[in-house]
Amino acid sequence: MAVKNYILVCGGTACESSKAEEIYQALIHEAEKQGVARDVQVVKTGCFGFCEKGPIVKVLPEEAFYVTVQPSDAQEIIAETIVKGRMVKRLLYLEEGKKEFDIDDIKFYQKQVRIVLRNCGFIDPENIEEYIARDGYKALEKVLFEMTPEDVVEELKESGLRGRGGAGFPTGLKWNFTKAAHSDQKYVVCNADEGDPGAYMDRSTLEGDPHSVLEAMTIAGYTIGADTGIIYIRAEYPLAIERLKIAMKQSRDLGLLGKDILGSGFDFDIEIRLGAGAFVCGEETALLRSIEGNRGMPTPKPPFPAVEGLWKRPTLINNVETYANIPVIILKGGSWFAGIGTEKSPGTKVFALTGKINNSGLVEVPMGTTLREIVYDIGGGIRNNVPFKAVQTGGPSGGVITKDFLDTPIDFDSLVAIGSMMGSGGMIVMDEDDCIIDVAKFYMDFCVEESCGKCAPCRIGTKKLYNTLDKLSKGKATQADLDNMIVMGEAMKKAALCGLGQTAPNPVLSSMKYFPEDYRAHVEDKRCPAGKCKDLVHYQIDPEKCIGCTVCARKCPVNCISGERKVAHVINQDACVKCGECYSACKFDAITKN
Amino acid sequence: MAKMTLEDLRKLREQKKGEMDKRDMEGKDVEIIIGMGTCGIAAGAKECLDAFILEIDKAGLGNVTVKQTGCMGLCYVEPTVEVHVPGMPDTIYGKVDAAVVRQIVEEHLVGKTLVNNHIFDRPAADIIRN
Repeated sequence: MAVKNYILVCGGTACESSKAEEIYQALIHEAEKQGVARDVQVVKTGCFGFCEKGPIVKVLPEEAFYVTVQPSDAQEIIAETIVKGRMVKRLLYLEEGKKEFDIDDIKFYQKQVRIVLRNCGFIDPENIEEYIARDGYKALEKVLFEMTPEDVVEELKESGLRGRGGAGFPTGLKWNFTKAAHSDQKYVVCNADEGDPGAYMDRSTLEGDPHSVLEAMTIAGYTIGADTGIIYIRAEYPLAIERLKIAMKQSRDLGLLGKDILGSGFDFDIEIRLGAGAFVCGEETALLRSIEGNRGMPTPKPPFPAVEGLWKRPTLINNVETYANIPVIILKGGSWFAGIGTEKSPGTKVFALTGKINNSGLVEVPMGTTLREIVYDIGGGIRNNVPFKAVQTGGPSGGVITKDFLDTPIDFDSLVAIGSMMGSGGMIVMDEDDCIIDVAKFYMDFCVEESCGKCAPCRIGTKKLYNTLDKLSKGKATQADLDNMIVMGEAMKKAALCGLGQTAPNPVLSSMKYFPEDYRAHVEDKRCPAGKCKDLVHYQIDPEKCIGCTVCARKCPVNCISGERKVAHVINQDACVKCGECYSACKFDAITKN
Repeated sequence: MAKMTLEDLRKLREQKKGEMDKRDMEGKDVEIIIGMGTCGIAAGAKECLDAFILEIDKAGLGNVTVKQTGCMGLCYVEPTVEVHVPGMPDTIYGKVDAAVVRQIVEEHLVGKTLVNNHIFDRPAADIIRN
């Protein structure tokens, strides 16, 4: 018997947490029970990206794309799709307005170009043979036997690849600097300390295709002359760590890591260091100090890691997504890569699309794609048709992009020009129900927590900014406070020691620039237009509309609504905690929020 | 597994490539659809499907997908197989056993000529469309 069907089950963290493992086991069990175990291969893959509709199960060659699958659906999937060759209609993902399922209709995938995520959702990340079959380790072959380190650097320079960790430094130059440094020992480091709230691009890459990073690091070792690689990954990524460990073991067993790789005479091995989840450790010098066993605090640059990095030796440090691009660039050539995306920012970018969006998930698009395409075509628009307000890119280091810039092609430089930044790829969508001050306060709270405290501009600045935002949200701030925030923010940008402090004021400065009316409303009218800042919100019952149904009084968690049955109710403003329960419970629109 | 040489790695890649290609639907323009209704299965459609997978592997054809469907209505000549090759008329073959499968692969898919004596119909495209 030959295998005629493949069932791909998403094994990313998002789907795993909604029972993907159980689904995987149930499918295998059902296939055996129904006597088709040898006709079908069930594969657990990396993230499909369409996390909104997870868990995802895809059946080939029928190309049935099943969404929000439950373990109990396994019986029907096997009985219908595998045994009878019919699709299970109720599980298929149907694009709005379509009657028949066609995989090419899924808008979420139409505009995506998958280079970094080429194997995610396709191969079993725990099986090195599947990676090898997809031209895995072919780039390493080419580098070891056909290319000099100079050739590799040239290829990268031609590709125009820029670091995907956020700053966008040209990768070819970085490799060349580290290669040129003289030392008895050099290191290759992978920065997998992904810390932006809402971002999970690197985690998904490592979970779905760990070998792509291992291969690229080995290529880097050969290029700069290092025999040791270190992956710094946060301990709260257990699945990614487990898959990396499996991948490293398989690579070692096959001689793709270790001594004399493929008989080339080149030695290289990789180890994993776990981080404790401090945001500042994503900053390269702080990360290196943490690996050394010291407290994770940044050190001034220069000296740059390329000259004096880990244990004072020249160190090449790149982020996960940057590495994942490298094998493809080596195989297909720098000029091929340079042809994708925009002139100054070639290639693709992976974004973690979250917030008030219909299709949240992992998307990879060519640089130069507009925000409108990402939010409306791929993301399927805003939830509940509330008007779009802004997108936060670059996490706590970035800024907001407003609807005026929906048609701006996204690349490293265009985002900086409009006061935000690419960052590592977190993209949080906000609608008109979100208060921009509340969001800025959230990020500033994060920065206060995560500031390492070494330099005063960051340690004191973030706290000061937070306090002012807090005053704003309580309606106690003045115009002078707003002016002060700008002065402090600009000072932090210039004086803070590392990227964390230099960029921490960005969410405040950019939202002040693009939403001055929101700030004004909080200062002058003591009013929060979105109704998010609790101290500025008042719920009131309109006695004309209230019919005295008592629903609100029963819902109120603090029993501050009083009134007889069939008589208009009243809210005791002193006791109200502004939870909004009454507002959403009232069926007669009698409760107003202002 | 033992440590590999360059040759071993290349061999392993070639060996596994075909298997992975089956999962990749991009660029696959040839379709084989096998009628797997009760009538078809009773007449040997399962063996027919196995034979197709085997023969396509043997011929090293990477651009073919093999799918199954229900009864095509030609129960008197089961097992029935519909073949789509770009640039050739869509064809339904009947009474397809392992030997005919081999013929279809060699002549229709590779040689681009129809297999005589087993053609029973063309798909009723005008009906299917509605």
